[in-house]
Amino acid sequence: MQFVVNFPLFTIVLSLFSGALCFMLPGKAARRYTMCYEAFLTVLCLWILQYTYLNGAFTYVMGEFPAPWGNEIRAGVLEATMALIFMIIMLTAVFCGYRFIEKDLDLSKENLYYALLNLMTAALLSMIWTNDLFTGYVFLEILTLTSCGLLIVREIGRTTLAAIRYMILNLLGSGLFLLGVVLLYDLSGHLLMVPIQNAIRELAADPNTFPVLTISTAILTIGLSIKSGLFPFHFWMPDTYGWATPTSAAIMSSLVSKAYIFLLIKIYWRVIGIDIVERMPIRNILLVLGIAGMVIGSVQALHADNINRMAAFSSAANIGYIFMGIGIGGVAGYTAAIFHIFAHAVTKAMLFLTTPRLAEVSGDSLLFKELQGSGLRDRDAGVFFTISAFSMIGIPIFAGFAAKLQFGLAAVEDGAGWRLILVFLALAVSSMLNALYFVRTIIRIYSRPNESTRMEVRPHHRAGYNVPMLVLTVMNLFLGLFSWVTVDLIHRGLMMFS
Amino acid sequence: MKERFLKWFYGESDPMEHILDCAEVPDESREEWKYEEHEIEREISRRVHTQSVIRAERRGFYAFYLIIAVISCLMLIGVLLFTVSQLPRYGVENPRAKEVVERYVEKGLEETGAVNIVSGMILDYRAFDTLGESHVLFTALLCVMILLRLDEKNKRTRYENYYTVLADPYYDISTDPIMRIAATITLPSIFLFGIYILLNGQISPGGGFSGGAVMGAALIIYAAAFGFTVTDRVFTYRMSRCITFLSLAFYSFAKGYVFFTGANGIPNGVPKGTPGAIFSGGLILPLDIAVGMVVACTMFGFYSLFRRGSIGGE
Repeated sequence: MQFVVNFPLFTIVLSLFSGALCFMLPGKAARRYTMCYEAFLTVLCLWILQYTYLNGAFTYVMGEFPAPWGNEIRAGVLEATMALIFMIIMLTAVFCGYRFIEKDLDLSKENLYYALLNLMTAALLSMIWTNDLFTGYVFLEILTLTSCGLLIVREIGRTTLAAIRYMILNLLGSGLFLLGVVLLYDLSGHLLMVPIQNAIRELAADPNTFPVLTISTAILTIGLSIKSGLFPFHFWMPDTYGWATPTSAAIMSSLVSKAYIFLLIKIYWRVIGIDIVERMPIRNILLVLGIAGMVIGSVQALHADNINRMAAFSSAANIGYIFMGIGIGGVAGYTAAIFHIFAHAVTKAMLFLTTPRLAEVSGDSLLFKELQGSGLRDRDAGVFFTISAFSMIGIPIFAGFAAKLQFGLAAVEDGAGWRLILVFLALAVSSMLNALYFVRTIIRIYSRPNESTRMEVRPHHRAGYNVPMLVLTVMNLFLGLFSWVTVDLIHRGLMMFS
Repeated sequence: MKERFLKWFYGESDPMEHILDCAEVPDESREEWKYEEHEIEREISRRVHTQSVIRAERRGFYAFYLIIAVISCLMLIGVLLFTVSQLPRYGVENPRAKEVVERYVEKGLEETGAVNIVSGMILDYRAFDTLGESHVLFTALLCVMILLRLDEKNKRTRYENYYTVLADPYYDISTDPIMRIAATITLPSIFLFGIYILLNGQISPGGGFSGGAVMGAALIIYAAAFGFTVTDRVFTYRMSRCITFLSLAFYSFAKGYVFFTGANGIPNGVPKGTPGAIFSGGLILPLDIAVGMVVACTMFGFYSLFRRGSIGGE
């Protein structure tokens, strides 16, 4: 056994330790430490990816007790890719956003912010690596609490209200998830993923227990889709993402809601078994809700008068895309869904990190009418905003296009029928709506303002902002131009799942 | 039509404001509270009035919302009751479910060295979950600190009578003689009981979480009866931070070490001790102490933050 297999354990334990350490450090030191630490984590994740790509997936026993008795974590190509992309986005979000953190936070609380960020890293990574349903639940709780903390840290009244709403819905989601875990435990007598799946293979053959199995799966699905913001439950998004400090908004929209979806996919593949899930009606419901989310999220984004709220509603629409991929089903559908998780994570982080810069040169206002010409005043932010907007619309060479292409391919592979027509219609309508509100915003930020008020230009802190943004742009272009690399990784990872 | 489109395009209006309820949180940030004392009442009644007007306008929507909520709750209850009625009886009709439990019960003592099987289970078999669980509490402490620790932003926006309430002897129970005498009598035994629960986690019911909660409660009673000036002499912010940090760091590294050695097949060299003695169960005792410290500090920290907006004397 090589030393690399210990790395997933190290990433989790060191992140938990970093949380406690940042609690002790003064604010600035905590920030520097977090930056170095995230970079270190990125390297570890890259190493794990390389190892799993060459040698296949491995499970790692947490302690002396093997599978049905002790905890386990597992790393495969998909988990490692996910962790790598998440860590890169986390790193760029901290690098681009720390100036805003300093501005939005009270200085005495800066170290608490970074402590929460490290705990969130631990929770995200544990949810990615976990091979145990209950571990998933424990770290899902930490993820919920840290998200609330990262939200309320900008002590304006709106964030507190938004956090209360977020908290109530998320706790509902956690409660349903726990109920689902309890039901599965009662049916199978296990909490680790592989033993549960073995038990479920037998149970699913029995027509008497199949309805109970369907209900448990449905409860798990509802819990996690509330937490990630699928269509009827998406209305907490605009307030949450719209008022949080930019780093928090980027992390919460790009990583947190995606981690829940990843856990759901992992449960479908490794706990219930994908062939059994496809026999349940859940798939069609997710398809319809996903498509409804795509359209209604976009319509609400049209309706927003504030750029961050628009981006938040667009997040709701994109969560709809991902669930549509899950609804299409099959290896191709899940590949498309996971590809869109990556594409949207990269793009939305970029979007949420550029809008505050645009607002900064427009008198700290996020309203469209104030943003007129902001792309001319802050050229860097304008360019990066345009890139991410193009990617959101789905213009070729950017990641968004490749993702939409994957959805189309998956729908074709699924076979002709109402599902194919529905998916293609939804893709067309949603792309058109996306284009409508993003092109409008681009025109807005690049048209000259009528009166020459507030024409200050922002030249400082350029390298510290542009380098991480360029990294995100390169990732975006890589996902768009060389999508087959990522698709191949996802495909290998999914094959390792079963 | 063209005019409306242009207005939307320039960001001056939205075309669908009457079509979709986007459920925005009303803009009433606390920074707006710049009113004089006598104006506050009027401002509150004005806002309450606005809210009631909005409610009256949307009465149909609220009724619809209520009905849907009740129906979906009833449906969920029905579905869950149906599911429970369909479940196999635990352990009787479901022999598979026994596999894990049997090993915990039959071999737990031998493998973990703890007489209390629950402790052996949560701190040895499934220690990774508990490692996460102890950080849930720490996360909660961080969130409460962010919300309630007084800073420049908080102080400016607190209601003005906040400090007068704090200084009012009527609200200060620490001058109450009954409270003081009762606390003097009971506190030593509560502290001792807390320490007992904490140290005997591997032998009898108890352990870090419950023992720490009792000790935290004792600290809270102490502060309530004798005032914060007494506790601040011993229990400062710095000390509470140090205790929390050292306990959590010890926990993470001890468990990390055990996971690492266990997974790599290296003997970890932690003595199991004699079952039933105080030094038994391997790492369970030190871990219980670490968890207990964190829980006690967190409980007292919550109380202190809610009472006066800081954890201890700075």
